Amino acid sequence: MEKAKTHIDYQDAVITLRGVSKSFGENHVLKNVDLDLYRGENLVVLGRSGTGKSVLIKLIAGLLKPDNGTIDVLGISVNDLRDHDLMKLRLKIGFSFQNSALYDSMTVRENLEFPLIRNKRNLTRTEINKEVEDVLEGVGLSQAINQMPSELSGGQRKRIGIARTLILRPDIMMYDEPTAGLDPITCLDINSLINEVQLRYKTSSIIITHDLACARSVGDRIVMLLDGKFERQGSFKEIFETNDARVKAFYDYNFIV
Amino acid sequence: MLNKLRSFFTEFANIHRFLLRFWRELVTPPYEFKEIIRQCFEIGWKSLPLISVTGFIVGFVFTKQSRPSLEEFGATSWLPSLISIAIVRALAPLVTALIASGKIGSQVGAELSSMNVTEQIDAMEVSGTNPFKFLIVSRIIATTISIPILTFYVAGIGLLGGYLSLASKDDLSFLSFFTQVFETIGYQDLWAMVFRAVVFGFTIGAVSCYCGYYSSKGTEGVGKAANAAVVASMFLVFIEEIIIVQILAIIN
Repeated sequence: MEKAKTHIDYQDAVITLRGVSKSFGENHVLKNVDLDLYRGENLVVLGRSGTGKSVLIKLIAGLLKPDNGTIDVLGISVNDLRDHDLMKLRLKIGFSFQNSALYDSMTVRENLEFPLIRNKRNLTRTEINKEVEDVLEGVGLSQAINQMPSELSGGQRKRIGIARTLILRPDIMMYDEPTAGLDPITCLDINSLINEVQLRYKTSSIIITHDLACARSVGDRIVMLLDGKFERQGSFKEIFETNDARVKAFYDYNFIV
Repeated sequence: MLNKLRSFFTEFANIHRFLLRFWRELVTPPYEFKEIIRQCFEIGWKSLPLISVTGFIVGFVFTKQSRPSLEEFGATSWLPSLISIAIVRALAPLVTALIASGKIGSQVGAELSSMNVTEQIDAMEVSGTNPFKFLIVSRIIATTISIPILTFYVAGIGLLGGYLSLASKDDLSFLSFFTQVFETIGYQDLWAMVFRAVVFGFTIGAVSCYCGYYSSKGTEGVGKAANAAVVASMFLVFIEEIIIVQILAIIN
């Protein structure tokens, strides 16, 4: 099912990449790429495994440095930022990891409290509890508050991972393979959650995936990363109206044509 | 050969960068006092049972083994002096450091490495927490504080073990044993013990954190990091012991 239209401000780019390249040794994963994410938009980056999709969002979050090119996030150039300023900028970016990356020595409550306690030191205990309960309710897992991450299913871990990023009320969300390793029903739940987050928290998001069902459900715009470049972009329908064998193979496999 | 040489110098440069970053993060606020205290509890307090048993056995066995040699010369009355010098000058810091290398090295190495593999360190970084300060600086400070305290504790337990070993054969009072002990050891010995323990504590913390934080990805990386943390910290403790002994001999 394709996604319902949402309000997107195409005059206001929250993320801008220009001429960005990144290599690991002889492996050139990104070759001089340009990209814009507009305010309120859900942008899906499609591509095969190992093509540099995750590298792209790690570059945006400043976890990796580009070899060339500029990356602007909310009008600030990430390349030139000092550690302290980068840390401040990151508070406006929510990052949902492929394997959720929950702190496994902490309970769900402690996982959610961690970024809050460390970044909003003036909050009272009652305010922290309320924030945690609100965000957990938002992802539909209020009952898991005292559980350890090891006691949760894959889908629940993803939801808690998303909740942990939402607790700081980010302007931008980045989802790294949100549906990887989940059953189809849980995938649908996660897709709905991504759309809910967009509407409820007014976020602009980049969703990295190779799951076409996910791309179709959550993407306002889709870009396809092929051989280190964004070869195609547009709506789901526009992307696959092509005779390019690489793109067709992707579609055929996902929908078992 | 050239590749090996290159990787050796790369590793050397990485260690250098790691240590420089440690000192920089150590002096710049915010300070992670709460985490340092928590790590002191994890590293110091939770090592107490193992350290207690080991320290006691070392003191007890050392006394038992030393006795026959001194008995030959009719010098068993020197045993308290011998035990105190051996324990305070060498055994307590060394035994504590070796036990800590095994226990803390493997624990810290594996913990940080698995956090690295499961992207928990990246998650910390993107949620506005400096992982180096929170995870590394706090652990290195905790080992640097905890190991000297544990060393004093091991010295006390070791001397107690030595006393019990002596008292099982001779009619020696607790008071006269410890009077003789404190007459033998001086402030210089105690300062030397603290100095050794601080150096060992810093080394164990730094090596374990370095191995864990920069481990290779994958489950194999976790095992390798824990192993490297233990082996490298034990090796360095011995090297440092030789150097410190030489330095102290020159000073004395």
